[in-house]
Amino acid sequence: MTAGRTLLIIIVAAICTFTTRAFPFVVFGGKKELSPAVRFLGSCLPSAIIATLVVYCLRSITFSPSGLLNAGIQLLSVGIVTALHLWKHNILLSIGGGTVCYMVLLRVVPNWIH
Amino acid sequence: MTLKQEDDSLSSGTFSNRETWKYAFIQSIPVFFGYLFLGIAFGILLEQAGFHAGWALLSSLVIYAGSGQFLLVSLLESNASLTVVSAMTLLINGRHIFYGLSFVEKFRSMGRKCLYMIFSLTDETYSVLCSLQPPARVDPNKAMFRLALLDHSYWILGSFLGAMMGSLIPFDFQGVDFSMTALFVVIFLDQWKSMPSHIPAVVGVFSSVFFLAFLGPEQFLLPSLAATAATLFICKRWIVRKMEGENQK
Repeated sequence: MTAGRTLLIIIVAAICTFTTRAFPFVVFGGKKELSPAVRFLGSCLPSAIIATLVVYCLRSITFSPSGLLNAGIQLLSVGIVTALHLWKHNILLSIGGGTVCYMVLLRVVPNWIH
Repeated sequence: MTLKQEDDSLSSGTFSNRETWKYAFIQSIPVFFGYLFLGIAFGILLEQAGFHAGWALLSSLVIYAGSGQFLLVSLLESNASLTVVSAMTLLINGRHIFYGLSFVEKFRSMGRKCLYMIFSLTDETYSVLCSLQPPARVDPNKAMFRLALLDHSYWILGSFLGAMMGSLIPFDFQGVDFSMTALFVVIFLDQWKSMPSHIPAVVGVFSSVFFLAFLGPEQFLLPSLAATAATLFICKRWIVRKMEGENQK
C-alpha cells in the first residue's frame, strides 16, 4: 500500500471521528440560548453515560464456566475500588489500589486453580 | 480599601498558573496509566501490521480515539475503501454525539480553544471533565484545556513508544488497562453522591446491561445511549422535581 493511501485513510478516519464529536456543537451551538430540552439532557446525561462506560469496560464478562475466573477477578477488583473510594475518598488511591489488586489477582489466581 | 480587603480580593479574584497546572496534572494521572498502556498496545499492533512508528504518531495526533484507532489497524491492513473507513469510524465513535451536549455552552466560552476541546473529547477526558471541581485558585477553563492537552500527549507518547520499542518493553503491562475501568467506577461513585437524582445513573446501568445482553459487546453502546436519552426524557418530570427540590434546600 502506498504512503499516500495510508495517509488518506488516516485523514478520513480523523475527519469522521471529529464529526461525531462536533455534532452536538454544530446542531445546538449556533443559537445564543440552549433549548430547555438540550439543557436538561446536558445536565443529566453525564451520570448516565459514565454508568454506561462502566458497563462498557466490563463487557468481556460472561457467566459461562470458562469465563467465571475473569468475571470474578474483574468484579472483585471493582469491589475493591468501590470500597477504597467510599473509605478514603482519594481518587488516586482508589484507582491505583484497585489496579494493583487487579494485576496481582490476574497473575496469582490462575496459578492457584491449576 | 484596607489591607485585609485587598488581600482577600487578591486571593479570590486571581488564579494561580502553577496551581492550575498542578490541578490539571493530578486529575490526569489516572488517564496517564491507562492511555500509556492502551497507546503502547495500539503502537505495537500497527507496527506488527507493517506500518512504521510515524504512522502511529500521526494517527494518535489527528484521530485520537481508542477503539477507533484499533479499528483503523484492521482497516489499514485490509486496505479498506474510504466508504468502509468512514462508515465504520462513524459507527464506532457514534456515542460521542451525546458527549458534547453537556459542554455546548462551556466550550463556547473558551474562545479559540473550543475547537481543540471538541476534538479531544474522548471517553476518559469527557468523564474527568464531568467530575472536575476546581478549587478557588485554579482557573477552571485553563484547567480543562490543560487536562485535555495532557491526556492527548499521554496517548501520543504511548502509541509512539509502542510502535518504536514494541515487545522490547521489559515491563509486563497486562492488566494496567484496568485503571480505565477503575477511573469510570470512581467517577460513577462521585456522580452518584453529588447528583440529587439517581434516575440517570440507574437508567444508564439498566439500559447498557439490557442492550449488552441482547446485542453483544461490540454493538450495544449506541442503541443503549439512544434508549437512555429517550428514557430520561420520559422520566424528565421526576428528575427535574428532584433537582429543583435539592436547589431549594
